[in-house]
Amino acid sequence: MTETLVHTTSRGRTRTPLPEGEIGERRILRRATFAERFDLLGAAAAALATSSLLFGWLAPLTGVVGWVVVSYLLFIGFYVLLTSFLGDRQAIADRVATVLLVSAGTLLFGALVFVVLFALLRGREAFWHLNFFTQSMEFAGPLDPLTEGGIIHAIVGTLIQISIALAITIPLGIATAVFLNEVGGRFARFVRTIVDAMTALPSIVAGLFVYAAVIQLITHQRSGFAAALAITVMMLPIVVRASDVVLRLVPGNLREASYALGAGRWRTVWGVVLPTARSGLVTAVILGTARGIGETSPVLLTSGVTAVLTFNPFQGPMISLPLQVFDFVRSPEPTMIARGFGTAAVLLILVLALFVLARVIGGRPPGQLSAGQQRRSHAASLRDAMRISRREAPLAPAPASAPKENP
Amino acid sequence: MTIDVRGTVRPADTQQDDGVPERRTLRPRASLADAVFRRTAFAAGGITVAIMLAVGLFLALRSADALRVAGPGFLTEQQWSPETGRFGVGAVLFGTVSIGVVALVTAFPLALGTALLLSEVVRGRLRGILVSLVDLMAAVPSIVFGLWGVFFLQDNVIPVARWISTYFDWIPIFRVSDDSGATLTDDSAFTSSAFIAGIVVGLMIVPTMTSVMREAFSQAPVGEREGALALGATRWGMIRTVVLPFGRGGAIGGTMLGLGRALGETIAVYMIISPVFSINWEVLKSGSNSVSALIALRYGEASDFALSALMAAGLVLFLLTLVINFTASSIVARSRSGAQSEG
Repeated sequence: MTETLVHTTSRGRTRTPLPEGEIGERRILRRATFAERFDLLGAAAAALATSSLLFGWLAPLTGVVGWVVVSYLLFIGFYVLLTSFLGDRQAIADRVATVLLVSAGTLLFGALVFVVLFALLRGREAFWHLNFFTQSMEFAGPLDPLTEGGIIHAIVGTLIQISIALAITIPLGIATAVFLNEVGGRFARFVRTIVDAMTALPSIVAGLFVYAAVIQLITHQRSGFAAALAITVMMLPIVVRASDVVLRLVPGNLREASYALGAGRWRTVWGVVLPTARSGLVTAVILGTARGIGETSPVLLTSGVTAVLTFNPFQGPMISLPLQVFDFVRSPEPTMIARGFGTAAVLLILVLALFVLARVIGGRPPGQLSAGQQRRSHAASLRDAMRISRREAPLAPAPASAPKENP
Repeated sequence: MTIDVRGTVRPADTQQDDGVPERRTLRPRASLADAVFRRTAFAAGGITVAIMLAVGLFLALRSADALRVAGPGFLTEQQWSPETGRFGVGAVLFGTVSIGVVALVTAFPLALGTALLLSEVVRGRLRGILVSLVDLMAAVPSIVFGLWGVFFLQDNVIPVARWISTYFDWIPIFRVSDDSGATLTDDSAFTSSAFIAGIVVGLMIVPTMTSVMREAFSQAPVGEREGALALGATRWGMIRTVVLPFGRGGAIGGTMLGLGRALGETIAVYMIISPVFSINWEVLKSGSNSVSALIALRYGEASDFALSALMAAGLVLFLLTLVINFTASSIVARSRSGAQSEG
């Protein structure tokens, strides 16, 4: 056995080939080569020139959109031509596919960022008036300038409605997710199926349900509370599902370690599972909140439209930010449209802030600690070690002193 | 459990009294805390299910009135006047689906390309930033997309729509004509169409689709990727032979999830389209409708019976998105992209 082993290692030693014969230039592995860059730039320049020529002089083509499309198609064509000088069919396909992927990504990110910036930029007109955040629309008509009136009523309405919705959603949603993961059984599978089904519920149908079941049958008036209920019906499945995914990622051996140390189910959930998944759970809730704040359609049917600041969710209509945007831009007056964009900007900033918060808190898988958490848990275990050694200290000399005390 | 453990472990029965414990029972006895926890968790699950089932049952019960009057023609009738008894979701359902299809045609290439870009091409910090950006975009409120659609896209997409309808009018769905069949070319014929609403909804669902697809693609096993590369495949060759076949389930599932969201979208569609109650095959032509826009439009002045009719429309929409979502999640679950971490 040892003989053969020695034999193979002595024979199978790796040798570097002798630097003789045909060895090409050393290849660049990291960056694009000059030829590749030239292909890209050259194709782009040729495409721009050709399409400008086509649109200006040679062909009866007009329009900016058409110019962009024709330039792009020409660019792909020229790029294929240029790469075909150096590579084979595989290389051409690879280059062209990469260009297509990059252009899809650029187009998508460009469009999405443009959508957001469009609302923010057109909202700046109303946004920089302080009264926009301190007044309601109670005494401001459609013809009043932007220095009159504001959206404090919609901000307060949104905050109250989302608080009520969260007060129901967080405990119920997380408890349900814990039930799905930690208790299990046939009923849990049934619950999971129903929750999955309910994520498909269109939000307008959630609003219609609350309108018909709560407003028409019980309260007979639209209110902030009804809107909060509609948001809850919409948000609950989202939060349950997201928390379920997070809890499922908690490593099984952590649970088993806890059981092996003698902890019961409840101690395991409270002391191991939930702390491990905490950042993920917070992220799930915050992202659900962002969805709930931004959704217009459930609120459209249930909250009612008002221009008055109100703090009572149970009595009378209470408007929220997205509905206020919708209500503003229905008016043909430019000032109202400017207010609509301003409100949309406020809503967007709120959602962005929530998202950033979610990223700061969560964003790392369960069990992985941030630097601060690591320091804290290190300090805690150090304290434990000190405590244990201090407790053992009087016991340690005990065997030596024991015979003296009891002769 | 008839094995006599005591006999094998202890040498003699006489040691019974010197502190060796009785044989333990292995049946777990839940502590009080555990029992309370179990009950509470059970109750939470029960309440959640009760809320969900209440929505479903209430919809079904309240819509029963209208469905009984309308009969099976509910799915094909195009008019919507519950007062006269002639109502159905034929037109609105067609509008919903046509907007959804336009949205998918817009969104699918963008989502597929971006998902591959993020999982295969971009590396390092940039990838992390872009992935977060996609997730962020999924949280942008739909009213913001609606504003963009109404105040920007509406005016700027008309030349494109006109160009398509001029050069492709031999395809029936791209034709724009009036009742007599004459071709229309003025701007007002192209505004508020299913095409514009579809583009806006498409942009709205792209982030969701992208993030599901990227998740599926990035789980393609490293060994197989490296195998393809080691055999001399280019990056695109590796994507084509390893990543795409592996992530196919995730890609289809993500697309269908996006479609489900597109069908249920209300406010952006409601802001853009001008509602008509007839089947409009010409997607570029002004006038379309969707189930959710119908509900938003008509709930206010609805009588009891009309509300029941709206409920029936909502129920049909819900069943449609339900089927799509379940198909999607079963496709995602059955594909190989479902490997979970345990331990």
